[in-house]
Amino acid sequence: MGLDVRLIADQTAARADEVRPQAGALRLVGAALRHNRKALAGAIILGLFVVVAIIPGILAPYDPHAQIFDQTLPPSGAHLLGTTGNGQDIFSQLIWGTRESLAIAIVAGLMATLLSVLIGVSSAYLGGSGDHVLSLLTDVFLVLPTLPLMIVLAAYARGGGLAVLIVVIVITGWSYGARQLRSQALSLRHREFLDAARSRGERGFYIITAEILPTMTSLIVANFLGAALYAVLAAAGLQFIGLGNPSDMSWGTMLFWAENNGALNAGSPLWAIVPGLCIALLGAAFALLNYAFDEISNPALRPVRRRR
Amino acid sequence: MRYLIRRLEFFVVTLWAAVTLNFILPRLLPGGPEVALRTRFHGRINPATVKSLEVALGIHSDQNLLQQYVSYLGNMLRGDFGVSLGFYPQRVSYVIMLALPWTLGLVGTATVIAFVLGTLIGIFGAWRRGGVLDSLLPPVFVVISAFPYFWVGLLTILIFAVTLGWFPQAFGSSSEVTSEFSWPYISDVVYHSILPAFTIVLTSIGGWILTMRNNMITTLAEDYIKMARAKGLSTSRIMFQYAARNAILPNLVGFAMSLGFVISGALLVEIVFNYPGLGTFLLQAVNNEDFSLMQALFFLITFAVLLAVLAADVLTAWLDPRTRERA
Repeated sequence: MGLDVRLIADQTAARADEVRPQAGALRLVGAALRHNRKALAGAIILGLFVVVAIIPGILAPYDPHAQIFDQTLPPSGAHLLGTTGNGQDIFSQLIWGTRESLAIAIVAGLMATLLSVLIGVSSAYLGGSGDHVLSLLTDVFLVLPTLPLMIVLAAYARGGGLAVLIVVIVITGWSYGARQLRSQALSLRHREFLDAARSRGERGFYIITAEILPTMTSLIVANFLGAALYAVLAAAGLQFIGLGNPSDMSWGTMLFWAENNGALNAGSPLWAIVPGLCIALLGAAFALLNYAFDEISNPALRPVRRRR
Repeated sequence: MRYLIRRLEFFVVTLWAAVTLNFILPRLLPGGPEVALRTRFHGRINPATVKSLEVALGIHSDQNLLQQYVSYLGNMLRGDFGVSLGFYPQRVSYVIMLALPWTLGLVGTATVIAFVLGTLIGIFGAWRRGGVLDSLLPPVFVVISAFPYFWVGLLTILIFAVTLGWFPQAFGSSSEVTSEFSWPYISDVVYHSILPAFTIVLTSIGGWILTMRNNMITTLAEDYIKMARAKGLSTSRIMFQYAARNAILPNLVGFAMSLGFVISGALLVEIVFNYPGLGTFLLQAVNNEDFSLMQALFFLITFAVLLAVLAADVLTAWLDPRTRERA
């Protein structure tokens, strides 16, 4: 609904001076939070993790790296989640690990979305052979199996640390969004407000950034959420098999060490369960927000009220 | 027909892109591939092995880049992936043939089960909007789809293998049972595959449910459904022959397109269960820095996914007359 209203407003007004992409995005998020319980749940989980990522030093009782405790202690007052097979405090590791996991999700998600917008929208705007080449590129990356590709890339760039991890995730994660954005931009191409802009003699760059992109805000936000979810899972997978930097503190590397120490059989199952649970919760937060966005932009999917 | 030719073009271009990536990546290593390989393996393996690795990666110091590229493409076309470093002196193709049947059996079966089950749940969910299936399952599976595949694998191991002891924790079969075509061996293999298959189905089914449900909802609003109801056709006939039949097409395409993601997730599940398939071998290749095996696996998995996509395209063109006209 909101989107349609804005489209009509843009068509009738077609004013160049009133461009507010950020305000539009914020308003959409606000509306989503007020009217949708899934969105609210997702936002609360995400908010909690953001707080933890900002102040881990206050929340964590011990140094996450210090191997100073007895090994595989069960949960107790001193160690809320017990200790690892190397004598580290699991709760402190979890708290400190939040920062890197969340940072990867947000940075890689933003970069992948940027790439999707660039390629998807220019593909639709160019048309013709430019569109053909860019769509082909998108489809190729869409179909290439992501994990083997990520593994090959990360294995060659081994030792590159966090930057390599993010680049690998962005390279493998942009294509889905680009495809969606292209089809929406295609459907906008012959709308009257764009014809109006063209007949005013506006340049292509202006039309894309000031006329097309603001109308696509909701899809772009949804894409970011999808890309962030992908980044959370991809980073966890890569770190789990040891392709991150194993001395970094993150949920994925915790799982790597837990698996390598046989945590499930060695009496410290929490070591493997809790970081995975946090990854799942963070992923679920992005997925719930995304799902809610889907319902908002496609009214047919909204839950029906049952008749009494 | 033009539709299929366009898809064939896509098939060839993607395959070429995968091969070219394999060719370029080792050449991006600092100092070029020869120097990088020699320093990386210095003292660990003999010069003959380094030589064979260079052959596998298409590195010939006496040729220019273009000649190397052409002969590399030729090798790939003939399926010649060279010698595996981790399983030296076995050839890469031999190592892959060891792993391939396991992955095909496990991932293939689990994916088909997830697709059929998910599509059916989607159909029934959309049919009874607001019912238990519709209001409960989609959000549940949205949340589950956000779980890392391998972590769900760890959880099922903890619950069903470590705690309850119902199923084995790892491997594709017991070491006591000889691998032959006999009932004890087959049942042992099936027994070992239940937990990993369950994990793959659980984590991948949500996507099928959601897309099928959403397609069904759109289709059910069409006029011909109202017409069918007005004619007094039976519920099951409207549901399957009128609605689901039209709603399943996007799911079919989506199925093919996301197969790469499903297989990627399934490879991680194999790793968790130490299942003797391609995923476990891929991890071993990474840990041994066995680049020839790693590249061959990437190429092969891409090829398999592309075949599935092509099959889905042919199926779509056959089922949906609109795709044939649109071209």
